[in-house]
Amino acid sequence: MRHWPRGVLAAALASLFVLANAADAAEPPPGASSCSGCHGTVPNGTPIPVLRGRPALEIAGLMREFRSGAKPATVMGSIAKGFSDREIDSISQWVVGQSQ
Amino acid sequence: MRKHLSARRRTLLKLTAATVLAPAVVRAQGAAKVVVVGGGFGGAACARALKTMAPAIGVTLVEPNKTYTACPFSNEVIAGLRDIKQQEFSYEAIARAGVAVAPLSATAVDANAKTVTLSDGSKLPYDRLVIAPGIDLDWKALPGYDEAAAEKMPHAWKAGPQTVLLRRQLEAMEDGGVVVISVPAAPYRCPPAPYERASQIAWYLKAKKPRSKVLLLDSKDSFSQQRLFQAAWTKLYPDMIEWVPLSQGGNVTSVDPATRTFNTDFDKHKADVGNVVPPQKAAAIAQTAGVADRTGWCPVSPIAFESTLQPGIHVLGDAALMGAMPKAAFSANAQGKACAAAIVDLLAGRTPAEPRLVSACYNLAAPDYGFSIVGVYRPEKGQLLEVPGAGGTSPVDGDSALRAKEARYAEAGFRVLTAETFG
Repeated sequence: MRHWPRGVLAAALASLFVLANAADAAEPPPGASSCSGCHGTVPNGTPIPVLRGRPALEIAGLMREFRSGAKPATVMGSIAKGFSDREIDSISQWVVGQSQ
Repeated sequence: MRKHLSARRRTLLKLTAATVLAPAVVRAQGAAKVVVVGGGFGGAACARALKTMAPAIGVTLVEPNKTYTACPFSNEVIAGLRDIKQQEFSYEAIARAGVAVAPLSATAVDANAKTVTLSDGSKLPYDRLVIAPGIDLDWKALPGYDEAAAEKMPHAWKAGPQTVLLRRQLEAMEDGGVVVISVPAAPYRCPPAPYERASQIAWYLKAKKPRSKVLLLDSKDSFSQQRLFQAAWTKLYPDMIEWVPLSQGGNVTSVDPATRTFNTDFDKHKADVGNVVPPQKAAAIAQTAGVADRTGWCPVSPIAFESTLQPGIHVLGDAALMGAMPKAAFSANAQGKACAAAIVDLLAGRTPAEPRLVSACYNLAAPDYGFSIVGVYRPEKGQLLEVPGAGGTSPVDGDSALRAKEARYAEAGFRVLTAETFG
């Protein structure tokens, strides 16, 4: 009998949670619903970019660059520092697909 | 170890069962009813998000006003940069999204029977109630300041006729006049707004009545984004704005509307234009519903913003005690959407996920001079606290290009936030 490493168990549970959440696609992951307070869903001539329809990997990459300071920003650096890699990935996937 | 493994298998089985059963539960919530009281940035966003996430839920928004007059950017109306009409938003899009809009006031809540009584005497049943009524001005907190006094010394802390009144008084003031703004102790709606207002008024005075002054009488010794504001004042309005903190006698103890006088512990300040930002509390329906405590504000759990005093009732926005999160439109909007997600979960028998909330707030010291403060919040020790290492303000030594950029972002943010909530 071998011990299951903690990480394996956590990963298994996590993937199940992801599946459970996927069943309710309209519900944003924690943090994601704040994005639309500034980022519109249609271009309206403002300088704050629309996120919908862009590749999730691009958004996640930008968030990591904001977080590390590699890409300078006004507010996005301070916001990105509040999120882990996993959270950034789920938020990015959600915001690029949202309709509202 | 065997025992450990079987416990794990049980957990997995339970989770799998929950996943498989979820669609049936979602269908069963078809009859669920949510009533939202208050159509501001929190309530309107919550009603709309509920309908988007779970169209089967019956959502009623109780709001007596036909249009909403937004506070963000209303300081620009006072400065003469915007028309009050640009602050007005209708509920038509929210109604088109499938939300039943009841153009009435809520007068009572029965938390046991789960009903809300409306001003026409009818009763709305609910499974979950959201109260997002904003603030009431506390007419008993500052001697001399009541509703009649506000016609002489406007508060302009609820956007609308009061905003226009303050604008008119500034227009009528002679060059060389003194504008006095009194600031209450925290908490109050929008912590940096009195200082943004002083800046915007100074912008107007500098252009039109340059011998005039702005005097801020403060019940506090420090304020939000203080270094950014003070740097802006030094650069843009040297010697025009004077801030008197609590420790230097800034606390206003009474006012005399007949002479537009602010009385502090040791002094009297006669104003040509007097703007009283009075002490505030959660609006009346929160007190009636029993969700406000002795502070006058509403304590809530940080997960679904459910009242700690009345189960089944959620409180959002300025009326609620949200830990470190400021009372502001952007915060209320973020809370409204997070609350909607939590209510969808609760109605489906699921445990709501821990929310992660962002607040972003821009201030304009002049039309082309903006700066910002942001925060990221999560539940911690029973309240919403800032995520360590995240959040912050614009750099104090930012150049004019950065200030101009943030001013453009402020305007863009307002357009998106209002479109997302009402448009």
